[in-house]
Amino acid sequence: MTDMLTVLAPDGATKKGFEAGLPDEELLHCYRTMLLVRSFDEICLKLQRAGRIGFSIPNLGIEATQVGAASALRKTDWIFPSYRDFGMALYHGIPAVEMMHNMFGNAEDSAKGRQMPVHFSFVEPIHFYSISSPIGTHLPHAVGAAHASKLRGEDTVHLVSFGDGGTSSLGFHSGLNFAAVWKSPVVFLCQNNGYAISCPSEQQTASDGYAVKAEAYGMPHATVDGNDLFAVRQAVLEAAERARRGEGPTLIEAVTFRMGGHSTSDDPTKYVPAELVEEWRQKDPVDRFRRFLERKGLMTPEQDEAMRADTLAEIDRAAKAAEATAAPGLETIFSDVFAEVPDHIRKQGEFLFDLSQRRGEADAGDGEFPL
Amino acid sequence: MANLTLIQAVNDGLRTVMKADDSVVVFGEDVGPKGGVFLATEGLTADFGESRCFDTPLSEDGIIGTAVGMAMNGLRPVAEIQFQDFIFPAFDQIVSEAAKLRYRSGGQYTAPMVIRTPYGGGIRGGLYHSQSGEAYFAHTAGLKVVIPSTPHDAKGLLIASIQDPDPVLFMEPKALYRSVKGEVPEGEYTVDLSTLRTVREGGDVTIYCYGAMVPVVERAAAQAAEQRGIDCLVVDLRTLMPLDEEGVLEAAKQTGRVVVVHEAPRFCGYGAEISALIAEHCIEYMEAPVRRVTGFDTPFPNTLEHHYLPDDRRVLDAIESVYDF
Ligand SMILES: Cc1ncc(C[n+]2csc(CCOP(=O)(O)OP(=O)(O)O)c2C)c(N)n1
Repeated sequence: MTDMLTVLAPDGATKKGFEAGLPDEELLHCYRTMLLVRSFDEICLKLQRAGRIGFSIPNLGIEATQVGAASALRKTDWIFPSYRDFGMALYHGIPAVEMMHNMFGNAEDSAKGRQMPVHFSFVEPIHFYSISSPIGTHLPHAVGAAHASKLRGEDTVHLVSFGDGGTSSLGFHSGLNFAAVWKSPVVFLCQNNGYAISCPSEQQTASDGYAVKAEAYGMPHATVDGNDLFAVRQAVLEAAERARRGEGPTLIEAVTFRMGGHSTSDDPTKYVPAELVEEWRQKDPVDRFRRFLERKGLMTPEQDEAMRADTLAEIDRAAKAAEATAAPGLETIFSDVFAEVPDHIRKQGEFLFDLSQRRGEADAGDGEFPL
Repeated sequence: MANLTLIQAVNDGLRTVMKADDSVVVFGEDVGPKGGVFLATEGLTADFGESRCFDTPLSEDGIIGTAVGMAMNGLRPVAEIQFQDFIFPAFDQIVSEAAKLRYRSGGQYTAPMVIRTPYGGGIRGGLYHSQSGEAYFAHTAGLKVVIPSTPHDAKGLLIASIQDPDPVLFMEPKALYRSVKGEVPEGEYTVDLSTLRTVREGGDVTIYCYGAMVPVVERAAAQAAEQRGIDCLVVDLRTLMPLDEEGVLEAAKQTGRVVVVHEAPRFCGYGAEISALIAEHCIEYMEAPVRRVTGFDTPFPNTLEHHYLPDDRRVLDAIESVYDF
């Protein structure tokens, strides 16, 4: 594999001469965001097991990639996320309850309960672009949005994040090719977390890693330790600066590991060797960062415990608030298809209201998500 | 005979042809050791080896494009698209290539292959894990489109599809994967493509349906009989392309009152084709306008999916409206 940038050792020590360049409160914010992601996962798993939400995506093991990358962006930048990136939104201050509204698909959900859980969409305080399930479709979107920023002479950077599986998509090829030709201000962040559902990286590509693919498109690349928040941050910061200077896109590969299943419905023990999980447990990104904070005198075990309890309570409150929020109204099935509701759709809506009055409401059923 | 779920019948069908024919290969995303996200291919890699059932990189375009190449060169590929919603990166390979290869080469090259894919709602999968895209594909000349609704038909139609000389899109109603069970003969048997199945005899109203809507229609038909004494003739279309048009018209003439049910959106949906056939060929038999019960002309919602999907309430409403016309 190509040289991999690592700054933070598993014991929390940093390389000689390394300067985080972040104020203490910012370092603590990074750590707290990672704990928020963990708490979110923990509570969503329980909710899913109890049948109160249908589905969730675990992030265990990849928190540092999300938060490190987000910390390198400005509020004016855009994030084109995958479904395993919401730590980026939390980092930039999107309240957890906004996400919980989506997990429950309720009336307060920004997507009005139309999307599956974990398919977030936000515009404030940062553009966190609406997540689409089809893999890889958002790469060209990021390039187009970046091109628009560039044409207007703005210094906005567009970060697009995707998995190792995503590199096999059509959108990966078109996205990288266009961005390189147009010198678009895009940061391509490939999160190589070892697997695409059950497909290991060796079966996804015959390349020596994913970053090297950039060479064929004519753009610079970097490979970083994805469990090292500082390494990810540094690579994204450099790529973002290059983009702001008008020097075009960069492909960054963050090497990390999905410690849990693909989703709450997946059983990874069927295809992930236990030794591999154990090996990566030693490199846990959150533990690593905590040790760094401890060494710096910013965190005691007691403070850590208090922060964990606090993030768990925050997510728990968010979940309770979202669960108590009503379901979206029937009209949300028919609105937003077009800017104006066309006649035929309006009639279908009227039919549904009328039918529900005459024959009662539809039965909610108990559909279960398999993957 | 074994009593199997629909997904077990699919697995059994794959095993049966893989045993009988070495040229059959099964591949797609996560179909290998994991056995597919719905477990349709469970155990196939273990039992037949990695050269017969294997995982691919995450590219539907690659999966279908390579299937075309395998098919033209002596293999019988059975490619899985994990959700029908994710078939669109392969739309070009299906519509422009697989479906047109025989025609454009004057029969020199052909693509006998099967694309299996779960379709439809009922699992709270939202916009991208719920769609019913059969109309896009039935509109494509050169591509067969098959949708089973029982375990027996799933196995028999799947084997017939794999043995067919042309490309077949085999759409599996995921809502029925585990919710229906039925007797499935052991070993090899086929259900002929382009044949209808009479689900229920009746002389008052004809209802056409397929896939996951069949049990919904059966429930509504039972209610119509019980509550109003209306006897419905329920027809499972099973093969949407090429359709048994004669059989469809025959069934319409028997009652003169028609309801078509599918969960895909209404506009340009498959029901429009059935309605047009009847309007063109047997309008003189009709006692009432054809009624369509379909998904709405909107994307597929998540929380409110049960309002979007046609249910027995909506089908019964249509049955009564054509009956009382
Ligand atoms: C076009 C498309 N095909 C298939 C799927 C089903 N699917 C969902 S996630 C996934 C694996 C994605 O792996 P990767 O890109 O590595 O991201 P990760 O889940 O590891 O974060 C697959 C195959 C999909 N969502 N879109």
